[in-house]
Amino acid sequence: MNSLSASYGGRLVLENVNFYVQENDFIGVIGPNGGGKTTLLKIILGLLKPVSGKIIFNNDLLNSKSIGYLPQISTGDLNYPVTVKDILLSGLMIRKGVISRMSAEDKRNAAAVIDKLGLRDLAGSQLSELSGGQLQKVFLGRALIGNPRLLLLDEPGNFVDSSFENDFYEKLKELNSRMAILMVSHDVGTISQHIKSFACVNRSLHYHPSYEITNDDLLAYGCPIQLITHGEVPHTVLKIHN
Amino acid sequence: MEQSIFQYDFIIKGLLGALFASITAGLAGTYIVSRRMVFLSGGITHASFGGIGIGYFAGINPVIGAAVFGILSALGVEYLSVRQKIREDSAIGILWAFGMATGIIFIYLTPGYSPNLMSYLFGSILTVSNTDIAALGIMSIILIVYFVVFYRTILYISFDEAYARTYSSYVDIFKYITTSLMALTIVLNIRMAGVILVLSLLTIPPNIAMIFTRVYFKIVIWSVLAGFTGTVTGYAISYFAGIPVGATIIFTLVIIWIIAKGIKQLLIYYP
Repeated sequence: MNSLSASYGGRLVLENVNFYVQENDFIGVIGPNGGGKTTLLKIILGLLKPVSGKIIFNNDLLNSKSIGYLPQISTGDLNYPVTVKDILLSGLMIRKGVISRMSAEDKRNAAAVIDKLGLRDLAGSQLSELSGGQLQKVFLGRALIGNPRLLLLDEPGNFVDSSFENDFYEKLKELNSRMAILMVSHDVGTISQHIKSFACVNRSLHYHPSYEITNDDLLAYGCPIQLITHGEVPHTVLKIHN
Repeated sequence: MEQSIFQYDFIIKGLLGALFASITAGLAGTYIVSRRMVFLSGGITHASFGGIGIGYFAGINPVIGAAVFGILSALGVEYLSVRQKIREDSAIGILWAFGMATGIIFIYLTPGYSPNLMSYLFGSILTVSNTDIAALGIMSIILIVYFVVFYRTILYISFDEAYARTYSSYVDIFKYITTSLMALTIVLNIRMAGVILVLSLLTIPPNIAMIFTRVYFKIVIWSVLAGFTGTVTGYAISYFAGIPVGATIIFTLVIIWIIAKGIKQLLIYYP
């Protein structure tokens, strides 16, 4: 992403962002509401055209077709007559044209992902019959079925139920061995321990390559956050932006 | 002899009309019902009455006027709702009344008596021409080909438009094409069921189907079967009882819907 700026609703929300995703990185994107986190995802997904600058894909590793996306909230109509299996297969549409037949292999892939996520009994179910956690799994499955090289997660904590949360983050850790993950969260407190690096987004973007704790540094990116800790609990402190 | 030939012709025309109406209404209706576009479809139907009125006045085929009005209003509402400059339900409400008003004014201004006006409001098999049947037949083929070829694309755009945009730049084009085809289907079926009743021809069969299945293509198939049964039965009753055909068809379809609901309840209690 090269000196990229983007505006949303006539307002400049990202300014001069320089940033790149390394292979198998696990980036936590944090920042205040309205700071440009979702805009960043939209730019990567190609839903929004940057005002200036551009995105460059290293085509051997990544192109626009090898991105998996788990939206913040599902915009789909849960009463629409589609089955869980159909939803998973829709994750393959990114590779297919508008005239699309699902091959036997596609269907086997879908069945494999359904098994891995523990959804076998629900493959033929309607979305309206599922719990919040099960829905989350279905949409994660939709993002994963195309074997993406980059997985974008928008606030996954929002509708993961607590019983599924540990499972979910373990799953992400496992996936991270095969793909880079970019996870947006406004909730710094509960961001996964498995995150390798941080990107702080508030109009500008500051990338923190790895865990970095220095004595005097405190998390500070223009929003009032204080850190209260007694130690022991794993925590990460990032250095002040220049 | 002469009369039996006429009767035979009438029956063939009725059956073909019922078949094509069921196919087009089943395909379009399933799309409309599952995408929750019933109110929009009502707006398109009534807006197209404006085209019928202008057609009469200008001395051209009223169906052509209706088609132009129907498609333009459908595209207009889709476009406005994408832009979000105006609330969609308000836009539909305005269009609905505007179409009816235009139709009434132009029919009033047309010199002489318009004998077929009632048939546009309530539908009549007697005024359905061979051209109308042929047009419905062609429409059936177009819709079948369209839905078979683009099945998953249409399905996924309707289910989750926002997600579809992340992988396809054709979302808007498909929405416009599909909505135009829906509008055309409605207009062509107006000759059968009439402006006032055509909407139920599209919405009741999918609702009968959805009592028993929630799989999209199965809903389409059951809708066509339910629609055909209701239409043919309605024809027969209308012919022998001498009551308006559109109303009889809709009445029959609602009865089928009630019976289907009853069967479903029985299956729940006594599986």
